[in-house]
Amino acid sequence: MQAGSSKKIPGFLFSGMRKIKEYLIEKSLLLSAFITILTTIGIILVLTVEAVNFFSEVSLISFFTDTEWTPLFEQKHFGILPLLTGTLLTTFIAIFVALPIGLSIAIYLNEYAPKGFRKTIKPALELLAAIPTVVYGFFALMVVTPFLQQIYPDLAGFNALSAGIVMGIMIIPFISSLSEDALFAVPKSLREASYGMGSTRLQTAMLVTVPAASSGIVVSIILAISRAVGETMIVAIAAGQQPRLTFDPTVPIETITAYIVQVSLGDVQHGTLEYRTIFAAGITLFALTFLLNNISFFLRKKYRQKYE
Amino acid sequence: MIALMELKEEGYKKNDHESRSFKLEASHVDVWYGQFHALKNVSMGMTANHVTALIGPSGCGKSTFLRLFNRMNDYIDEFRMEGEIRLDGFKIYGKKIEVEQLRKDVGMVFQKPNPFPKSIFENVAYGLKIQGITNKKFISEKVETALKQSDLWGEVKDNLKKSALALSGGQQQRVCIARTLAVEPSVILMDEPTSSLDPISTARIEELIFQLKEKYTIVIVTHNMQQAGRVSDNTAFFYLGELVEHGKTKQIFTNPKHERTENYISGRFG
Amino acid sequence: MNNRRKNRIADKAFQVWGIACTFIGLVLLVIFIGDILIDGLGRLSWDFITALPSRRPESAGIWTAMMGTAWVLVFTTIISFPLGVAAGIYLEEYAKKSHLANLLEINISNLAGVPSIIYGLLGLEIFVRVMNLGPSVLAGSLTLSLLILPIVIVATRESIKAVPGSIKEASFALGATKWQTIRNQVLPASFGGILTGVILALSRAIGETAPLIVIGALAYVPFAPKSPMDEFSVLPIQIFNWVSRPQQGFITNAAAAIIILLLITLVMNGIAVYFRNRWQKKMKW
Repeated sequence: MQAGSSKKIPGFLFSGMRKIKEYLIEKSLLLSAFITILTTIGIILVLTVEAVNFFSEVSLISFFTDTEWTPLFEQKHFGILPLLTGTLLTTFIAIFVALPIGLSIAIYLNEYAPKGFRKTIKPALELLAAIPTVVYGFFALMVVTPFLQQIYPDLAGFNALSAGIVMGIMIIPFISSLSEDALFAVPKSLREASYGMGSTRLQTAMLVTVPAASSGIVVSIILAISRAVGETMIVAIAAGQQPRLTFDPTVPIETITAYIVQVSLGDVQHGTLEYRTIFAAGITLFALTFLLNNISFFLRKKYRQKYE
Repeated sequence: MIALMELKEEGYKKNDHESRSFKLEASHVDVWYGQFHALKNVSMGMTANHVTALIGPSGCGKSTFLRLFNRMNDYIDEFRMEGEIRLDGFKIYGKKIEVEQLRKDVGMVFQKPNPFPKSIFENVAYGLKIQGITNKKFISEKVETALKQSDLWGEVKDNLKKSALALSGGQQQRVCIARTLAVEPSVILMDEPTSSLDPISTARIEELIFQLKEKYTIVIVTHNMQQAGRVSDNTAFFYLGELVEHGKTKQIFTNPKHERTENYISGRFG
Repeated sequence: MNNRRKNRIADKAFQVWGIACTFIGLVLLVIFIGDILIDGLGRLSWDFITALPSRRPESAGIWTAMMGTAWVLVFTTIISFPLGVAAGIYLEEYAKKSHLANLLEINISNLAGVPSIIYGLLGLEIFVRVMNLGPSVLAGSLTLSLLILPIVIVATRESIKAVPGSIKEASFALGATKWQTIRNQVLPASFGGILTGVILALSRAIGETAPLIVIGALAYVPFAPKSPMDEFSVLPIQIFNWVSRPQQGFITNAAAAIIILLLITLVMNGIAVYFRNRWQKKMKW
């Protein structure tokens, strides 16, 4: 390591142990990353194997067309429709609450609110998503339902309405944050053109910014839907355990997720048909959310290209 | 040991035109970044214990050329090189070359001072620690020597634990120089080392370069022609990826052989 | 101009509406928490925290659930922290722009969107049955670790991304290898951000109920776990169990337990924010 001499044997001619060590470290890190692939494979494998077992005993047609879901009763029906409508009903109510509120928040923060306000309110909204869902379930059952019963006395103790409303509150930040990001990404020039013609903030938002950000907003809605579909505790606590093919929000129903919880709490034996029903329900749920998530990815890619 | 001698004989190549050997040498080097032809058939040699300045307008390949000698271009996507680069006569591009060892012999100082977010001591000692040296006394001595060599010791010796980021720009750059010197390279590459510094810091570092060339071979890329004139023994003028002219600084600046060189030097473009 | 006036009124009206929307969620949250405090604050006592579950609401407590939560927290950290950080390092420092990197990234995005109850089904089959771990703390921790792994990975990547490339350049130029650069420069510089992300991921894990119910965490566990192979319960499951009972006493218990759970979540989020602020101050290059 002497400076200046040009006749020494340069150390850089030796490749060494170091390369092996670096290689091993890289491969162990790769292995850790690979666990995520294994997780996905595991999920698909588990759901598929048990579902296949299930469908060896229950026909696909009856699964999709039977209007009753009574695997735990004497007279067994295995129609997924009641659970599906339960899930969709609560999801719809949740979006019905979250979409107007979330989008309005996004527009307000984007067009109206001063910058400092935006910065402080965003984390406060994220707080809504950080509350454990079992706590929201308590609210739905103990606060919202009794309150609604004062307005509409025929409301059942377990119903889709309360659960849906509370779910909606929980997913407001999903829509408001992502939509606000989408609105933020709209080029200033478009906005300035609109103001230059004498438009109000509301007109600019509705006629220019929101349409321009529409794909980003749609992505946020799809993600919110996916989150609502997969939600378990709020509906398990407040929506009921009665699978019912209905769109009536005032009666007890059961969602796919609540059914899985119901069975898990019980004494169902491993390997029985009743046990496998949770995987049939599970794979339906997985297919739904997988579809929704990938549509949103596809849309997000498309909308990113728009601004590049 | 015998294998090493054979390797040396094999790798060693005398320059055909002159009898003295170059410390750093490029032979017919072409560099591409993807489709972009960044360097075109560049051949030049740099003598030991001299300061060579690389000048030319932005984007003409000076930095690319500089970084060939410590293989920092390797990290850029789609970097491709043809030709030979030699250090002490040995080719430094090749499958068997251990690039980490090369960089201990060829150090680099960057345009914007980039000290680590650690103490001054930790910064200067880093190069030694990554070689596995643990002897505290040895490291302390090397750190002190390096800080003295980079003209910073007096200012920081009472507080080596201070964060390097708390220093001024000129001081930070001298920390970066000290950190390079601590591993005792034989070559120091400098990529516009003073372009983000104030004139006083710049002057101090130019003085430093003058002192360092006694022990080290220095190659400096600079946008500042006065700096090239002040600091270097030899100058190379690059234009659009080609080496237009290379010779003694005095000659390049007072009597350039090529018209383009003269135009650049007299400020007609660039 | 009638139109212009209409537009201006609409504009103003929307401003009011926008503010109302912004705050309605938070206002409702305050109402809800107020209700919880009214219901449950009185029930909180040292006895409540240290008592075991019981058929009688007055003597029931959250001790076993708290211990279960603590055990699960520890093991989930042990499993998910190194795995997630290692995976994040790989994706951010080693795997850039290859087909493998793309695949891994898409896969992680997908996993982040899978409902947590599906992870419960996965854990039930693989950890509880196939690997024969039973409904143990270990099985629960493994399940939760897989659930929060995407969060830890993304947090690691974001923190590493924030480290300036010039630092890495300087390290390479001194002859450091890739791993030396990561270990000595990148990781120490990004550690605050990574820590923040991990704590946030863990605070999410603490509140998870569904996956643990599915793998068989019981609601009525008369003892605290003494080993990772023991059966267990956690605070959210205890809450769920009590909410499902009609007696008012259990509702009160549930409210009190919720206060504890929210406190824990709040403290963890607070710690995470504290670390994030400290780290961001340090990162003022």
